[in-house]
Amino acid sequence: MKKILRHRMFWPVIALLALIVLNTIARPSFISITVQNGQLYGALIDILRNSAPLMLVSLGMMIVIATRGIDLSVGAIMAVSGAVALTIIADSPSPDDLGTVLVAILVGVLVSLLLGIWNGFLVAVVGVQPIIATLVLMLAGRGVALLITGGFITTINSAPYKFMAQGYVIGLPFAFFVSIAAIVIVALIERRTALGVLTEAVGINPEASRLAGVRARGIIWGAYAASGVLAGFAGILYTSNIMAADANAAGLYIELYAILAVVLGGTSLAGGKFTVAGTVVGVFTIETLRSTILFLGVPSAVAPLFLAIVVVIVVLVQSQRLRGAVAKLAQALRPKKPEVAR
Amino acid sequence: MTSVPVTTEKAPTGVVRRFLSRRASWVPVFAAVVLLVVIFAAAQAYFGNILTPRVISALLLDNAYLFILAVGMTFVILTGGIDLSVGAVMAFTGMFGASLMRDGMPSAAVVPIMLLLGAAFGLAIGVLVQYFDVQPFIASLAAMFAARGLAFMVSLDSIKVEDGAILWLQSTRLQAGVGSWYITPTGIIALLVVLVGALVLAFTRFGRTIYAIGGSEQSARLMGLPVVRTKLLAYVVSGVCAGLAGVVFTAYTGASYPLNGIGTELDTIAAVVIGGTLLTGGSGYVVGSMIGVFVYGTIKTVISFLGADQSWTRISIGALLLMFVVVQRVIVARSNRR
Amino acid sequence: MAADTEARPIAQMRGITIEFPGVKALDGVDLTLRGGEVHTLMGENGAGKSTLIKALTGVYPIDAGTIVVEGTPRTFRGTSDAQAAGISTVYQEVNLCTNLSVGENVMLGHEVRGPFGIDWKSTHREAERHLEGLGVRIDTRSLLAAHSIAVQQLVAISRAMVTDSRVLVLDEPTSSLDRGEVDQLFGVIRGLRDRGVAILFVTHFLDQVYEISDRLTVLRNGALVGEYPVAELPRAELIAKMIGRELDEFAAISRSADREIDRGGDPVIRATGIGRRGVLEPADVEVYDGEVVGIAGLLGSGRTELVRLLYGADRADAGRVEVRGRPARITNPRHAIDRRIAFSSEDRRAEGIVGDLTVAENIVLGIQAKRGALRKLRKAEQDAIVEEYIQALGVRPANPNALIRNLSGGNQQKVLLARWLATAPQLIILDEPTRGIDVGAKADIQRKVAELSEQGLGVVFISSELEEVVRIAQRIVVMRDRRKIGELTSHDTDVDDLVAFIAEEHDTQESPESVA
Ligand SMILES: Nc1ncnc2c1ncn2[C@@H]1O[C@H](COP(=O)(O)OP(=O)(O)OP(=O)(O)O)[C@@H](O)[C@H]1O
Ligand SMILES: [Mg+2]
Repeated sequence: MKKILRHRMFWPVIALLALIVLNTIARPSFISITVQNGQLYGALIDILRNSAPLMLVSLGMMIVIATRGIDLSVGAIMAVSGAVALTIIADSPSPDDLGTVLVAILVGVLVSLLLGIWNGFLVAVVGVQPIIATLVLMLAGRGVALLITGGFITTINSAPYKFMAQGYVIGLPFAFFVSIAAIVIVALIERRTALGVLTEAVGINPEASRLAGVRARGIIWGAYAASGVLAGFAGILYTSNIMAADANAAGLYIELYAILAVVLGGTSLAGGKFTVAGTVVGVFTIETLRSTILFLGVPSAVAPLFLAIVVVIVVLVQSQRLRGAVAKLAQALRPKKPEVAR
Repeated sequence: MTSVPVTTEKAPTGVVRRFLSRRASWVPVFAAVVLLVVIFAAAQAYFGNILTPRVISALLLDNAYLFILAVGMTFVILTGGIDLSVGAVMAFTGMFGASLMRDGMPSAAVVPIMLLLGAAFGLAIGVLVQYFDVQPFIASLAAMFAARGLAFMVSLDSIKVEDGAILWLQSTRLQAGVGSWYITPTGIIALLVVLVGALVLAFTRFGRTIYAIGGSEQSARLMGLPVVRTKLLAYVVSGVCAGLAGVVFTAYTGASYPLNGIGTELDTIAAVVIGGTLLTGGSGYVVGSMIGVFVYGTIKTVISFLGADQSWTRISIGALLLMFVVVQRVIVARSNRR
Repeated sequence: MAADTEARPIAQMRGITIEFPGVKALDGVDLTLRGGEVHTLMGENGAGKSTLIKALTGVYPIDAGTIVVEGTPRTFRGTSDAQAAGISTVYQEVNLCTNLSVGENVMLGHEVRGPFGIDWKSTHREAERHLEGLGVRIDTRSLLAAHSIAVQQLVAISRAMVTDSRVLVLDEPTSSLDRGEVDQLFGVIRGLRDRGVAILFVTHFLDQVYEISDRLTVLRNGALVGEYPVAELPRAELIAKMIGRELDEFAAISRSADREIDRGGDPVIRATGIGRRGVLEPADVEVYDGEVVGIAGLLGSGRTELVRLLYGADRADAGRVEVRGRPARITNPRHAIDRRIAFSSEDRRAEGIVGDLTVAENIVLGIQAKRGALRKLRKAEQDAIVEEYIQALGVRPANPNALIRNLSGGNQQKVLLARWLATAPQLIILDEPTRGIDVGAKADIQRKVAELSEQGLGVVFISSELEEVVRIAQRIVVMRDRRKIGELTSHDTDVDDLVAFIAEEHDTQESPESVA
């Protein structure tokens, strides 16, 4: 029991569960899942589906944060990759052809990889502070996306493309499987190889790592590249959901939500130790929160305030200091044992 | 033993070396100044009409709020923290102040309230950071959401300001002559804030403690410095600056709009960093941040001269920012190599 | 000072207990500090000395026990409270801000203030004065980061002198100081003692204990062993009390220095004219299989700079390097590692340990970096390696999953040694491997080095402790003023010769070539 309490995943998970319970109390239909044509529906299923882009972006963000960095450009990269993919499909004679769609996705993700490599180059080779290095692309990226779509919102009709965000496989949304795949791949790469530990070492003490022979530059570079690729896939999912490339709205503020998810999951922005499971829980917490706002019909004007309050509560629950203070208070209120005279 | 052993370490000889050994952290600031001059020269060569008193005066006027925010942000960043809430707090205090004035409250009462509101936001962030170990990024992000939500709750539409004193801040032009240099009270406020900020950081224990905390918070604590108080105060300073920026921005636009200042936090951080302040804390200057705002403002001015469409505007901002940070980085790396 | 005339107690700690998750760092410890007395706290690495000091000064809250200062029970909430009560402290990890100037580090919180805020001119003058008191003459406006650890340590000590305090606590202040600086410091300490200040001193150098202190408190594994007047506790007994068993400090390595080295073939490494402008004048070094080459010289003489160039930690701009007779280009650490050269830095905290990782992860970091990210060590292999080295070097606690950050300095050092030995190097460069390390662990490390070199490993060994160098190295490279000034064989050198050689040309500046 003590061990469970001490586990670093304990409080993040509690926060998520509490949120779900509160929703259910407010409206019991929240946890109900219905089956129609062999497909599952319900608020929880929506969360699984809608969280996919944020999940991908957050996983990339987590790796970057572990190296002591930050990637503000993920939203812009999403916009670019969506714009690239949709423009290819829109310009092709056969938008419903699976081959076309695959090529579009591939090119979109490759472009994102290049953008990630660019970020990594600025940080790892040129030595620009990460927040500024990625701010460059954050500012310029949407301009590039606008250029690609010619300043319009490109819309398409393509059944296979639509399937990614809106299709179902064995009763569950396809996008959820994309999330799972990303989680598994990231977890395997980071934990089955030594990449995870080496990344943490670079994040904790770059100089000691360098002297120990760790290829710090390559690791940092790789982290931004990975973040770029994951954001690219997220951009594809996002456009597949609305079947339109909107350079201004795609992935807007997603960098903030992603950072929030990573931190709620217990990873420090100062770099170093990270947990994939924590980030996953963090993403679900945020997505649940967003659907709570919709679900409870919180007026859109109040929504940011509501979000802020919940975020503060969640971080306070996770705060060691607050828990310590509460424990002390509880102890003080309990009847004291008679003190042994000295 | 007859002679007293003396430990000396060779002081670097030569003016440049000596300067570098003492003031290495000024190098990025100078790099920023040099680049600013280069940008101006290039723009002047290209457009031929950028270097006019009117354009340069407008730079101060248009960015007055950004100067003020950058000063507050410098305090926070120097401690090793960050404050994402400034844009939203500026919007909220602006909205709240405008609504009070619409209801007939005099500006002499409203302005202090706006400053206090800003201070309250700063204090809240500081308490979360200091007492509950919440990371500054997250604490200020929550404050940003909260302030934005509150701004919407005041009103979803823009509120026009008709208070004479507030409008005076903007409309008065202390001018040397027609088409010549001018400055508005908002510009004077901005410069005063920069001056006070710079003096506080350089000549008070509070200021020096901020640098010490940024260098190593643990060391500062073991040195017996008032770490808690100083960090709280740094966030309060940033909050007050955001409140003041709310006043200035309201004067600038003559109205308050709840969507004001979206993305301003990033503009502010970018300006501070361009001015040579390290995000890891402990190194940087308010004067540098001022230069940073000038650079940022100039980039925007140049782009408006280009008259590009939305997509090219964004790309050019990114490209100019990039050119700037890379060149600055090269200069700093050179000087580090001794 | 006569230790038996009971001086007035200024600070008293009774029954102090502090528990960290998983370790009881202190268990009912008593300590009494008296005015006009130098009190030394002794114990192995991890015995709880620093923790006791942090308990006294309010850095750690105590779980049980009382602290009485000048007759009143006190609970300090932090260093500033303790300072206000007249206790100034120099903590073990040099705790200064390297981003600020030297003068500011001395004066922070005590700056001279004029009508317009801080008066920087007077502040720096004050700082100069305090540094001068310790015999330090440097530009107080220069950045602290530009100075060596020794100077930083002296700056930290000067800082403690700024306030007039009744208790001065010095946690291993001499760990990176030279003899001359130590003498200077001891002079100051004696002066303060004679003015009635109570001084608490921690060191692992037994000679210094007998030189300066009046009274001793010995800790072992967080428990109090006892308090003794120095005069009544001979050296061997003190060691026995500290480590709980008998130990002959010097028996361990019976003159490894006298071993014959076969210098027939190609050396493991031969550097010719290696140097870097403004850092090190070109120097020649070679190390043969099974040889221990010591590097001796004062602080700032270029010892560290030399080995950093050899390893590629900094880039050399002159000279050639051959590894086993073949030319080698070593411009970054990976080049050195690929040639099976290992390097353990003198700055354990900043350049050695990866604090938030475990002991096990720190040990395998070197191997893992060498293998590359994709070829992860299997769990079983990793456990075997970690287990082997924890045993072989006696790392305590012997828990591979402890965070290295929470280990005591000596044990961190052993872990770093393990990291490099695990990569099976042919040459290992050890920069101050025994700094801040207790007698037992020091003997362990020396023994290990001697043993490995006997098995054929080439070793470069830097130490400020000349006794150690003379005992362990077969050949000694002597450095001064960022220049190699000569080489000695230990066979016919003793410490005094070495000291003389290092100092020799200091005088030649006045009277050239006047060697007695
Ligand atoms: N913050 C901490 N958290 C957990 N354990 C700690 C912490 N600080 C110290 N310890 C443990 O407490 C014990 C005592 O450590 P301490 O630093 O007081 O030793 P020391 O006697 O000063 O050793 P050294 O001679 O190496 O400086 C050690 O076992 C150490 O691992
Ligand atoms: Mg200690």
